[in-house]
Amino acid sequence: MIPEIEELYQEVILDHSRRPRNFGELPDAAVLVHGDNPACGDEINLAVKFDTSGGLQDIKFTGRGCAISQASASLMTMKLKGKSREEVLEMLHAFHDLVTNETNEAPKKLGDLRVMRGVRNFPLRVKCAMLAWRAVEQALEQGVGEAIVSTEPA
Amino acid sequence: MHKIAASTIDWDAVRGDFPILRERAHGHPLIYLDSAATSQKPRAVIEALRNFYEHENANVHRGLHTLSTRATEAYEKARRRVAEYIGAASADEIVFTRGTTESINLVAQAWGGKFIRQGDVILLTVMEHHSNLVPWQLLAERTGARLRFVPVLDDGTLDLDQLSSLLTPEVKLFAFTYISNSLGTINPVADLCAKAHAVGVLALVDAAQSVGHLPINVRELGCDFLAFSGHKMCGPTGIGALYARAEILDSMPPYHGGGEMIVSVTLEKTTFKKAPHRFEAGTPNVAGAIGLAAAIDYLEQIGRPAIFEHDSQLARYAAERLTELPGTRVFGPTDERGALVGFVMDAAHPHDLTTFADQYGLAMRGGHHCNQPLMRRFGVSGTTRASFYFYNTMEEIDRMIEILQAAVRFFS
Repeated sequence: MIPEIEELYQEVILDHSRRPRNFGELPDAAVLVHGDNPACGDEINLAVKFDTSGGLQDIKFTGRGCAISQASASLMTMKLKGKSREEVLEMLHAFHDLVTNETNEAPKKLGDLRVMRGVRNFPLRVKCAMLAWRAVEQALEQGVGEAIVSTEPA
Repeated sequence: MHKIAASTIDWDAVRGDFPILRERAHGHPLIYLDSAATSQKPRAVIEALRNFYEHENANVHRGLHTLSTRATEAYEKARRRVAEYIGAASADEIVFTRGTTESINLVAQAWGGKFIRQGDVILLTVMEHHSNLVPWQLLAERTGARLRFVPVLDDGTLDLDQLSSLLTPEVKLFAFTYISNSLGTINPVADLCAKAHAVGVLALVDAAQSVGHLPINVRELGCDFLAFSGHKMCGPTGIGALYARAEILDSMPPYHGGGEMIVSVTLEKTTFKKAPHRFEAGTPNVAGAIGLAAAIDYLEQIGRPAIFEHDSQLARYAAERLTELPGTRVFGPTDERGALVGFVMDAAHPHDLTTFADQYGLAMRGGHHCNQPLMRRFGVSGTTRASFYFYNTMEEIDRMIEILQAAVRFFS
């Protein structure tokens, strides 16, 4: 097997894409964000519930699309549940840097998310990996209600 | 033209005319199965561009010097070559454009702007590429016209039973593709044009996927407009053409204003040249037109009937072999198809498949192929498409199947 493929599609990623975690509805969500990547047709519906201090009390998603977009969403929800607003934003930037090759560091705080590192060798797939993160960023910004984000701003 | 059966052509030698096919990708021999996006270029076309820039380059229809004369002659000769290639009655019916998209936009703006009124209908089909949909949406928005669509059946063909009820007196134009860029469907163009004409409707044919693949004669097809790109038929990017029947082209107002398209200009008023020059404002893509003519010469040496036979064999073989793969759905007609096959696999999303394949040197396209409404019609967000040209081989298709089998094992 080809090393770049092995690095991009690590077993953990394939596992999350086949059996995504935190997949489903969140009935009492504060924000629902629909994220889409029109170039690929990837879609994410992200539901977020905040705790009293604005942290992510609960987070779930539904969606369909490529393995990278769905695994990224699954891994992200696992990582972000229970995190404060500041921690989420910090994680967002660290993750973005990880998949866009901004840094060679793979900060420890990213934990399991570091398996997404292989995306850096595939610039066309960065949007797939970032889709769920764009949605959570929008959820934080919005705080309440429904929103739509797209990887291709109109 | 001397026509040769596909079986008597040395396709290996033909393949050798394409320097790029000796490239490697990720350490593997390149297998280029994305010719529906853009074809590769034979040495003859690359040399024609080089020869033009080394020996003939000048602006056209202006300078009175030697080079300008050479460039003008070569440019107008290219126009005659295009006219012959598609069977137009006269070179005056050929407008050089940047490609299919610009050709269709030209018709929508110049012809549509003059002749389309509120309440008129433009008839399209659900299988149109965005380039034969969005220009009409823009026209409809400007004029208050409406769009109507011929549905697509499950087998990827047009629902022709609906045609007579859709072709009502409000319809002014029926614009449709010759070969679907996602399904490979070959539409019965002559029949569609005849049905349109029978009720006084003009017919526009998007020939992007067909003009380099099969013989086309606009007078036999009976179309009023035909749009195509050079780059999908071995020519350079940035050049294409619009064919329009002389009587219609002459009735159309200018599209872009500027130099080259005028007879005389005062500060207040301009008289425009006659067609086709009226539609070619500014310095045209002279080298591109010459490269396109070289591509035509090249294709005609092989012969389009032989090309069509060869490409169809490849596409049918690929479609057959794909159905051997587990959990694979192949789109489009099973009997006759253009040089492409679109499919989805349960094992992996089109983008994962194409990323995987690329690592083995196999270039395919994954996504919606500028066919979002059609993808929705078939309930998918996208497909993987393998598309072929006469430089591809059966062995490459076998290799594609092996790589896809590896993908199934990897992703399942």
